[in-house]
Amino acid sequence: MINFIWLFLIVSGVMAAGATGQVDRITTSLTDQAAVATNLIMGMAGIMVFWMGMMNIAAKSGLMQVFARLLRPMVMRLFPDVPPDHPAAGSILLNISANFLGLGNAATPLGLNAMQELQKLNPDKDTASPAMCTFLALNTSSVTLIPATVVALRAAAGSTSPADIVAPTFVATVVAAATAVVLDRYFRRKLSGKGRGGRR
Amino acid sequence: MGLVENLSRWIIPLLVLVIPAYGYLKGVKVYEAFIEGAEEGLRMVVRIAPYMLAILVALGLFKVSGAMDLLVAGLRPVLSLMGIPPEVVPLLVTRPLSGGAALGVLAEILRLQGPDSFVGRLASIMQGSTDTTFYVLAVYFGSVGIRKTRYALTLGLMADLAGFLAAIWAASLFFPR
Repeated sequence: MINFIWLFLIVSGVMAAGATGQVDRITTSLTDQAAVATNLIMGMAGIMVFWMGMMNIAAKSGLMQVFARLLRPMVMRLFPDVPPDHPAAGSILLNISANFLGLGNAATPLGLNAMQELQKLNPDKDTASPAMCTFLALNTSSVTLIPATVVALRAAAGSTSPADIVAPTFVATVVAAATAVVLDRYFRRKLSGKGRGGRR
Repeated sequence: MGLVENLSRWIIPLLVLVIPAYGYLKGVKVYEAFIEGAEEGLRMVVRIAPYMLAILVALGLFKVSGAMDLLVAGLRPVLSLMGIPPEVVPLLVTRPLSGGAALGVLAEILRLQGPDSFVGRLASIMQGSTDTTFYVLAVYFGSVGIRKTRYALTLGLMADLAGFLAAIWAASLFFPR
């Protein structure tokens, strides 16, 4: 899909410019945009490196585990089919905590680990279990404390207050996650309703 | 609004204070831990750089040719009904597919609209409140060999849509036009 979009942008761009007799602009735009990209990447590198350093301290000091413990009662209610002492519970909580702190690189291995543990509880090995769907919904609408990449990009773009989007982003992610939870309940109920109907 | 504004202003300084202080109290070698994470951060920048360049160059071609203006003009009436500025449409399309590409799109919006404009802020919030759903699903389900994903994709995309709408709401709340 992304292949198609990328190709579409390039092909339609070059063809439209050719048809309107301004092919020269293509060459200029190429050089300009490559320079823009380089400046942006360089501009955001510094602050990205800084936050990843900070968040590594947070991970090492056990701040992530503190979050995981605080989240446990709320999050595990969403996974009625995962026993509270199962290793899947720990991985799910740590993954959500890592996402919350913006530790994308720590979150992915923890998330993959959670999937493996959930797969052990899954009776049908090539079909997603409801717990997996809930986990992925939480994961993709993950609540973030500091959207470090976005803040870095805004700083590189010359914003006077690059961090003023932190609070609204937090609010928006909370609303999105809550919506995901509600929708997940709906899908689960529909699924179990169908299951009962089948057995009758 | 004063409280919320102060919260936005204070949250980063507070984290910069609390994280290393808490780490020190817990016996973490804060400097070494910082360097270790920072190195990983540098690798992350290197990893997303090609994605950003790829999409920025392609978007540039699309824009100078005038094709972008056509697209935006065509979508404007539909989107204005829902209160979505047409400038954020490229972000809506790329966000679920590729995180790096979406970041490139966001960079372009920030450059053209200004990072402190309403559209610039809205796009920033959108980027932060949604995720690369297709990618996450492919990686996570692929890693355990799940082929039938049931309602996971629908649910993930609906969550993204909720994220976008929540971003519009939050942006209007915090930055009244």
